[in-house]
Amino acid sequence: MEIFGIPIQAMMGQLLIGLINGSFYALLSLGLAVIFGLLNIINFAHGAQYMLGAFGAYLLLNKLGLGYWGSLLVAPILVGATGVVIERTMLKPLYKLDHLYGLLLTFGLALIIQGLFRNEYGSTGLPYAIPKALQGGQNLGFMFLPNYRAWVIVASLVVCLSTWFVIEKTRLGGYLRAATENPQLVQAFGINVPRMITLTYGFGVALAALAGVMAAPIYQVSPQMGENLIIVVFAVVVIGGMGSIMGAIVTGFGLGLIEGLTKVFYPEASTTVIFVIMTIVLLIRPAGLFGAQK
Amino acid sequence: MKRNALWSLMAGLGLLAAASAQAQISGNVVKIGVMNDMSGLYADIGGPGSVVAAKMAVEDYLKATKSSLKVEVVSADHQNKPDVGSSIARKWYETDGVDMIADVPTSSVALAVNQVTKDMGKAFVNTGAASSDLTGKDCSPNTVHWLYDTWMLAHGTGSAVVKAGGDSWFFLTADYAFGHALERDTSEVVKAAGGKVLGSVKVPLGTADFSSFLLQAQSSKAKIVGLANAGGDTINSIKQAAEFGIVKGGQKLAGLLVFLPDIHGLGLNTAQGLNITEAFYWDLNDGTRAWSKRFAALHGGKYPSSDHAGVYAGVLHYLKAVDAAKTDDGAKVVAKMKELPTDDTLFGKGTVRADGRKIHPVYLFEVKKPSESKAPYDYYKVVQTIPAEQAFRPLNEGNCPLVTKK
Repeated sequence: MEIFGIPIQAMMGQLLIGLINGSFYALLSLGLAVIFGLLNIINFAHGAQYMLGAFGAYLLLNKLGLGYWGSLLVAPILVGATGVVIERTMLKPLYKLDHLYGLLLTFGLALIIQGLFRNEYGSTGLPYAIPKALQGGQNLGFMFLPNYRAWVIVASLVVCLSTWFVIEKTRLGGYLRAATENPQLVQAFGINVPRMITLTYGFGVALAALAGVMAAPIYQVSPQMGENLIIVVFAVVVIGGMGSIMGAIVTGFGLGLIEGLTKVFYPEASTTVIFVIMTIVLLIRPAGLFGAQK
Repeated sequence: MKRNALWSLMAGLGLLAAASAQAQISGNVVKIGVMNDMSGLYADIGGPGSVVAAKMAVEDYLKATKSSLKVEVVSADHQNKPDVGSSIARKWYETDGVDMIADVPTSSVALAVNQVTKDMGKAFVNTGAASSDLTGKDCSPNTVHWLYDTWMLAHGTGSAVVKAGGDSWFFLTADYAFGHALERDTSEVVKAAGGKVLGSVKVPLGTADFSSFLLQAQSSKAKIVGLANAGGDTINSIKQAAEFGIVKGGQKLAGLLVFLPDIHGLGLNTAQGLNITEAFYWDLNDGTRAWSKRFAALHGGKYPSSDHAGVYAGVLHYLKAVDAAKTDDGAKVVAKMKELPTDDTLFGKGTVRADGRKIHPVYLFEVKKPSESKAPYDYYKVVQTIPAEQAFRPLNEGNCPLVTKK
């Protein structure tokens, strides 16, 4: 059986791969959406923070001997802590100003961070092995699925859905959402709003770093690894609707699938297809697929 | 009184003569512009290292020959974009007094700079780009192509792989001038040796995830997956091919353009056993070892890629030709570069042909097993040395107008 001249077996494989790449898009756009939705900051340093996660894993392994599983926990915490510092010292004074200032600041930070790492480690990247427990793979009949990739899908889904749950369905999430609507009022109820916002930024950054650690064994660990990705991820967030958590998750996986299919039918366009979709969505629904029309 | 007048007249004449000799050198300075990818996926192959190499060449040349030339080295980042590259070249030539551009990896950019250089009558010593068109249909009286090209890579790695039984191929090709040229040249080698090309997929430059393309390569059932890409693209495809069990499944990878820094980034565990064709490796002889140690000391401990070596040798030969031709006029210097035999510690004795192709011996290497490697950067062993005359495309087969005119 064939679909458009491609055997259905090959098609299944391609769809699965699209889903795997979609998990990275989802994880990264989730962090961006959380930060934008709750802080109104367009975090252009997200790609650099993703890269920091991957380098964090590399350095933890080579300097301290901490393996993949430890890094999965420690690297996001460390990178998240740098996020907290950035929020406290640099982003805070910008909240009252236009979005553009936050965007420029974070963009500048990204360039500085990437430049420093390129200077120190070069652009070729560093090797990082797949953890022992996840080496090898399963023969699914229609494709060979590396165990590590299967783990990426599962981990990403769990993280995405639990973040969504916390923000949309719990009391803590309620506070967060309320604080973005009306910080004074929430503060009046005795909740420390500035601290909550700081921690939210730290959490968003930690999500980027987590994606970075997960990417280290399969992509090149190099200073520019986040550079190209961040543009795509922004497109994902725009398509999903700025600030919409579920929108970011669903579009992340969805666009991964569409990109995967483009790689089969017209590979030359695989890096552009997402932007074509973005343009169409912006023309038809300027607030994005899941965004609230204001 | 008379005598004094005579002296000053002579002194004046002497000054004039000196000035007229100097006048041949525009702005009294030979300005060399190193242009390459300073920050992207090819930055470790060329990048700042090429600037280090160019400066070493200038220093060594002036020291060895006591030449009175004033030489300056400037650099710029072309970001792998042909439009950026050609506008830098134009600005350099028109307003900054640059006489020669060196390096320029990324074939699409190199072809653009090649054209600008020809239009402006300057000189271009390319070491970083691969497209064999630079000395083929796009050859120019202002361009020398120093290090390697797609024909050389295809015949080095390609024919070695076919000889070892890899007679059916599937290509993962970088979707721009370089990838297309490399796929074309390798396909010809494979077909000429009785092999088959089962298919290819054009991958946009800088793609992070190759799994979809690897899956297509897997289902083609080709014995060899040919990687017609470079730099970060090659690293990602080799890394992910290991993950998807391409090699365990019985298919073999052929990295058609791999540089030493790529192996460093992959680690020997992943890279072992790869066949690689290069014109330079630091551990070939005493001369290359000594130079590479000096280079590493100036470049943060990183060993030179063959591109760095090419920039060094190319700049050295260029300066030699400037002194011999007594001018920095682009076409005249390049003509002199073709006339003079080349001789340097890194590539040995060689020549620059009429089509601009520099020829030298080329080596087929195999990447060592982790157990064979004694130190960082101890990665290659020589499998075969291909003599200069066989390593490059025969002069009459490139359709270079400069050759057919003769």
